[in-house]
Amino acid sequence: MAFLSTHGLTAQYGQFKALFGVDLHVNPGECVAIIGANGAGKTTLMRSITGVLRNAPEMIRLGDTPIGALPADQILKRGIAMVPEGRKLFPSLSVEENLLIGGQVRKGSGRWSLDEIYGLFPILKERRHSPGTALSGGQQQMVAIGRALMSNPELLLCDEISLGLAPVVIRDIYAALPAIRATGAAVIVVEQDITRALSVADRVYCMMEGRVTLTAPAKEVTREAIHAAYFGAAA
Amino acid sequence: MHQVTTRTRASTIAGIAALALIAVGLILPAFAPRSLIQDLFFILTMLTLAQLWNLIAGFGGMVSVGQQAFVGIGAYAMFAGVILMGWDPVPAILLGGLAAFLLAIPMAFFAFRLAGAYFAIGTWVIAEVTRLVIAQWKTLGGGTGTSLPREATSDIIGVETIANLFGLRDAAARDVLAYWLALGLAVATMAAIYALLRSRTGLALAAVRDNDNAARSVGVDARRVKWIVFLAAATMTGLVGALIYVQTARISPDAAFSVTNWTAYVIFIAVIGGIGRLEGPILGVLVFWGLQTAFADYGSWYLLALGVLAIATMLFAPRGLWGLIHDRTGLSLFPVQRRLILIDERSKP
Amino acid sequence: MIWLDVLVQGILLGGLYALFAAGLSLVFGIMRLVNLAHGDLIVFAAFAILLITATLGLNPFLAALLAAPLMFAVGWALQRFVLNRVLGKDILPPLLVTFGLSVALQNGMLEVFSADSQRLSVGALESASINLGIVTVGTLPLLTFASAVAAIFLLNRIFYTTALGRAFRAVSDDPTTASLMGLNPKSVFAIATGLAMVIVTLAALYLGMRANFDPSIGPARLLYAFQAVIIGGLGSLWGTLAGGAIIGVAQTFGAQINPEWQILAGHIAFLVVLLIRPRGLFPRAVD
Repeated sequence: MAFLSTHGLTAQYGQFKALFGVDLHVNPGECVAIIGANGAGKTTLMRSITGVLRNAPEMIRLGDTPIGALPADQILKRGIAMVPEGRKLFPSLSVEENLLIGGQVRKGSGRWSLDEIYGLFPILKERRHSPGTALSGGQQQMVAIGRALMSNPELLLCDEISLGLAPVVIRDIYAALPAIRATGAAVIVVEQDITRALSVADRVYCMMEGRVTLTAPAKEVTREAIHAAYFGAAA
Repeated sequence: MHQVTTRTRASTIAGIAALALIAVGLILPAFAPRSLIQDLFFILTMLTLAQLWNLIAGFGGMVSVGQQAFVGIGAYAMFAGVILMGWDPVPAILLGGLAAFLLAIPMAFFAFRLAGAYFAIGTWVIAEVTRLVIAQWKTLGGGTGTSLPREATSDIIGVETIANLFGLRDAAARDVLAYWLALGLAVATMAAIYALLRSRTGLALAAVRDNDNAARSVGVDARRVKWIVFLAAATMTGLVGALIYVQTARISPDAAFSVTNWTAYVIFIAVIGGIGRLEGPILGVLVFWGLQTAFADYGSWYLLALGVLAIATMLFAPRGLWGLIHDRTGLSLFPVQRRLILIDERSKP
Repeated sequence: MIWLDVLVQGILLGGLYALFAAGLSLVFGIMRLVNLAHGDLIVFAAFAILLITATLGLNPFLAALLAAPLMFAVGWALQRFVLNRVLGKDILPPLLVTFGLSVALQNGMLEVFSADSQRLSVGALESASINLGIVTVGTLPLLTFASAVAAIFLLNRIFYTTALGRAFRAVSDDPTTASLMGLNPKSVFAIATGLAMVIVTLAALYLGMRANFDPSIGPARLLYAFQAVIIGGLGSLWGTLAGGAIIGVAQTFGAQINPEWQILAGHIAFLVVLLIRPRGLFPRAVD
């Protein structure tokens, strides 16, 4: 059975409808990439799954259990952690405190602890007493990933983790992914960088204008198919 | 073709009804009993104070808890004009407006330095300072206060004419005069606020309340708009304060600077009726007057209940009674919202 | 020599004002909420202590120990059931709710406890004094100041070194992201207000032992607390202690010149600081 699934998920901001019936699932330990242009609804999908946006009680399930009505703090307690778009470190907290707060409510049982995060991203140990927001963009992204891992999630959502970073920095960040997957956690990677997404994912979903336009195993999907799903069939 | 308008059918009817009400209000003293005139004086002055608070807090986002400063300083300036300079009490009311205006300048200067919610306590501090300073003014009775001298109240301009006109005794004629002035102030205040809200400055004010920085970025001079509205409201509040104490004829710092009478009641009227709408305080003052008449004898129980009522309103109907009515019926007597109207080209001549 | 004495008395009085202010500052720092009923809650706590001393025959210090968890519950419930519902971008609703609460509390206490002045009696301690060589200070004022220092020290420890403090700061920075960490911002707010009410209880204890109190004196305490916070600079608890001391010194100097000027002098000191240092003496860099 899928670890997490959405069934005809819709979402809206006031009058503005952002998702039109999204069906998606993630199996335990699987890495799924969600690609799509700006405004395709990727971030809205993340916000719905994490409970930041709540208007779909029955449409999101964890195993068999509907979780769409739960607030964000309850979603985390059920093992779904998020690396939010824009990293969103707490400016009043040091690097180490940012990491600690990730595991403050749910520690989970798993590999990740402060020491393990420092092992994964050694630079963070050196900077651990700096304010989180004093770090470079790439280092901040490492903190954000580490912070999410501190709860030892069974599903890790990564929203646009390469956005605004230099290619060499993106490579370093993605280099941590195998270690994360080695613990058995499922991962959803939301990306605009299609090549990067295809290289790490088992399966890929392509979204356009609030709908899923393509679902395929990452190894089998062709550039043409993605092109059509990404920009619309006419393109 | 299109045009932008704020007018609705209800507002046209309301406009006509308002004119009729004002006319009735003017001739009312000819046949109404004195007690009704006194009640109406109370209602009209509280209504004006509530509209003014609503202007700065509800429309301007400046939550003042220091309005008693303007009532008090206005009243004391009027007393000073009468007692120290020998003015007639009615023109001395203008001194009240002037004094409140002058006090509002330093008050705004200090309070605008305080961010967000701390603005509220800042205004309260200035009101306290003003009260404590006035209490040192020994010629006006210091901490215990004083009364208007008999000779000043006995020949207020116009009172004799009113007395002859309606066949009243002097005391009753004074009430009529005060009532007319209160009616004038209430109508002028509401008309001015309505005109302001429909003007460009009104739009700017709304922009400033919703987002100070964004308003600035589209060229609204937020500081200037806030200053103008705050000073104007203070001046009018001072006039009302002076008028109230012309009628009361007895003053003390504790009463004239009472946070309960001139700010708590006023806030409750606006909250219960509906903040940020002109109709709100009108409805609120009627409810308040009803409660006051029925329950004021219960003293602190009454005030306790008013406080709880205000909390409950903010929790369950944050836009007050008028908000509830508006949601049910869509009724808007004083619309300030701009609507785009499309005009059919063909129907034009 | 008299002026040195006045100065010391003023600084010690500032300890009491810092206690008034610490809770206000804590709540504002975490949720940008200004509680206009803060002063009335101090008076309420003083009556709670009084009631416990009267019914159980306890010493006020012990009674305050019992009152503290009660006040925590009051603060927690107030935040959970009332204030959380009106917190938002608009500052008007929370201000008006707490203003309504202030009026309701004052008049409720007036009905229940009457307008009579009350005092928490601690016998000999009230008049005890300690000779420090150059000045003689009252034991109770000294104890007040020491308690203020201890309370601020502890609050800072909580804020900067504990998991709870981390949650406070995270929720204050960004409630949405904090909820992604499994924190429920509304629960955290409720704990913060509860904690503020524990400090309010401590403030009430010293208020009641040092001077008479009655249901009407709350708003003035709010004003002193607010002034101490602004003078100190938003977000700095040690600054709040300095702010309290400045108000206290201004008041004792004012009273020394003319007893009627005590309160006025404190207010004027506040206005002067606001004039020359609008962001307070010790503003926090990040805000």
